Amino acid sequence: MMPGVAATRGGEGAVHLRLATIVAGYGALALATCLLAPLVGSTHISLARAFDRSIPFADNVDAQIFFVARMPRVLTGALVGAALAAAGVVMQALLRNPLATPFTLGVSTGAALGAILVITFSATVSVGVFSPVPLASLGGALVASAIVYALATRPGRAMSTMVLLLAGVTLNAFFSALILFVQFLADFTQTYRTVRWLMGDLDVGTFGPIVASLPLVLPAFAMFAVLPRSLNLLSVGADSASTRGVDVGRTQRLAFLSASLATGAAVSLAGPIGFVGIVVPHLVRLMVGVDHRVVLPASALFGAAFLVGCDLVARTVLAPVEVPVGVVTAMLGGPFFLWLLVRKS
Amino acid sequence: MAARQKKLIAIVAALCASLAWPASGQTARRIVSLVPNVTEMLFAVGAGPQVVGVSTYDDFPPETKALPRVGALLDPDTERIFSLRPDLVIVYGSQGELESQFARAGIRVYAYRHAGVGNVMQTIRDVARLAGRTADGDRVVRELTSQLDAVRMRVRGRPRPRTMLVIGRDAGALRGVYVSGGVGFLHDLLDVAGGDDLFADITRESVQPSSETMIVRAPEVIIELRPGDQPAAAALQRERGVWNLLASVPAVRNNRVHLLYGDYLLSAGPRLGRAAETLARVLHPDAFPVADAAGPRR
Repeated sequence: MMPGVAATRGGEGAVHLRLATIVAGYGALALATCLLAPLVGSTHISLARAFDRSIPFADNVDAQIFFVARMPRVLTGALVGAALAAAGVVMQALLRNPLATPFTLGVSTGAALGAILVITFSATVSVGVFSPVPLASLGGALVASAIVYALATRPGRAMSTMVLLLAGVTLNAFFSALILFVQFLADFTQTYRTVRWLMGDLDVGTFGPIVASLPLVLPAFAMFAVLPRSLNLLSVGADSASTRGVDVGRTQRLAFLSASLATGAAVSLAGPIGFVGIVVPHLVRLMVGVDHRVVLPASALFGAAFLVGCDLVARTVLAPVEVPVGVVTAMLGGPFFLWLLVRKS
Repeated sequence: MAARQKKLIAIVAALCASLAWPASGQTARRIVSLVPNVTEMLFAVGAGPQVVGVSTYDDFPPETKALPRVGALLDPDTERIFSLRPDLVIVYGSQGELESQFARAGIRVYAYRHAGVGNVMQTIRDVARLAGRTADGDRVVRELTSQLDAVRMRVRGRPRPRTMLVIGRDAGALRGVYVSGGVGFLHDLLDVAGGDDLFADITRESVQPSSETMIVRAPEVIIELRPGDQPAAAALQRERGVWNLLASVPAVRNNRVHLLYGDYLLSAGPRLGRAAETLARVLHPDAFPVADAAGPRR
């Protein structure tokens, strides 16, 4: 049933070797994708010219395309893909539900409500490099997480995954209703813009938003790094995990907090890009098994490669018009996942 | 309860009224318009007094503010429309359900569809005819045509800058940028005002270009059309500054990024002549004598 758990009882050395090999493989894939993706686009550019320091930046169209249009976009894709895929793994383990996604507990709907309020009422709040829409969506994500967290925690006791799930699903529905209400008040063009925001977009234009998201993303990934062993035990069941010495409450809080931070940052950067958070973890599990020590880092790396790849398709396939990246993730990820599922079973 | 009864009575009354006056061929005396730019056309042809209800978004001419509001594209209040006893309802072409509802009640419906300047002229003629003001419709169309022709003449023979006409963007960031494509009244206006549409090859009313596409297509002029009044100088400066990201684009380098504010710029109606002149003044400042540099009259 649980080869990952079995492996923990096996030789630690063998596990570490396997972990290192697999993670190195996925790391190479992610790195290759991130290096290749900026070279390809709707137009041909000369790399030599792009890196030619003797040409002033304002005169250097190739450099502009490389450093404004492509690099921030690829990095955003990698960051968002990694964050969503890892958050998906953590959510599935925390809720012990293979259908859980980073958006199950209302984080993305909260973010969407924030974004839509700003778009509809043309608010112009901005803080540092955060422009109004990302700022509001981040706020919405954090508020939604805080509500779910407050509802599901009781002092001194483990979280009830049942309460978590129900609170999350209900909050999702409630925020969705608020979104519909705001859209109802909005005019036609604003509604169109909010619908477009929901499809996801990685064209951030500068490195500013990426840097701004790091204070959220880095702690989230630091927490991801310490979670896998406890998640392995937790995914068997809270009771059996606690008999094996896992502080279940602490693990759940860490899992919830890290997944929420990563998801909130990802959604505020690029909108709620669907499918990455559910398809990538399952794809990776089909390929490497269920040990979270492998699945979590491999999913993050594969998620980065997957989203960067999907965005490459999105920006080239119908150029000069772009396909929303959220559409591509579902259209490419869905059939691929089904194919792997059928082939494996 | 009483309100509901009243509404029911009103509906029955409306049904009787519409049965009493067979719809076709009659001059419309009680018009409800769900389309703000068509409302504007009705007032322009002098049919304002015949308008008895407008959409939630109507605010021009100012007289519309006193009229009953009956919802809009997504939320038409059918009961309220019936209660106004209209003999002509102007809806969007996509409101098919509503159209058939009124048709069943014997109320005439005019379905408006968004398209180019030619369609604006035709719509003015159509609604004028329905309101029994055919001659006024022809006059308004003549005036609008001559205004547009005047603008076209002013800029004739001048080099036509490749222009990106921006109709939507996220606040404070170069994201969610929407521009005019190769069809629609905004594309036509740009053509009249002496600019070449940067996205004329894409036969859609609006296009969302990536930053790569914007850099590669390198517009010589960027014009952002925004509804409402011009904000304070600092906010305006900040919004214009967003474009500095595209440092290699000629419009940015040559300081030819313009943010224009005003609802009339985005309304496919009788104020198009004024909108065309505003665009032309930005695209070809030399074509307009310094004496009237203040901008077109309202």
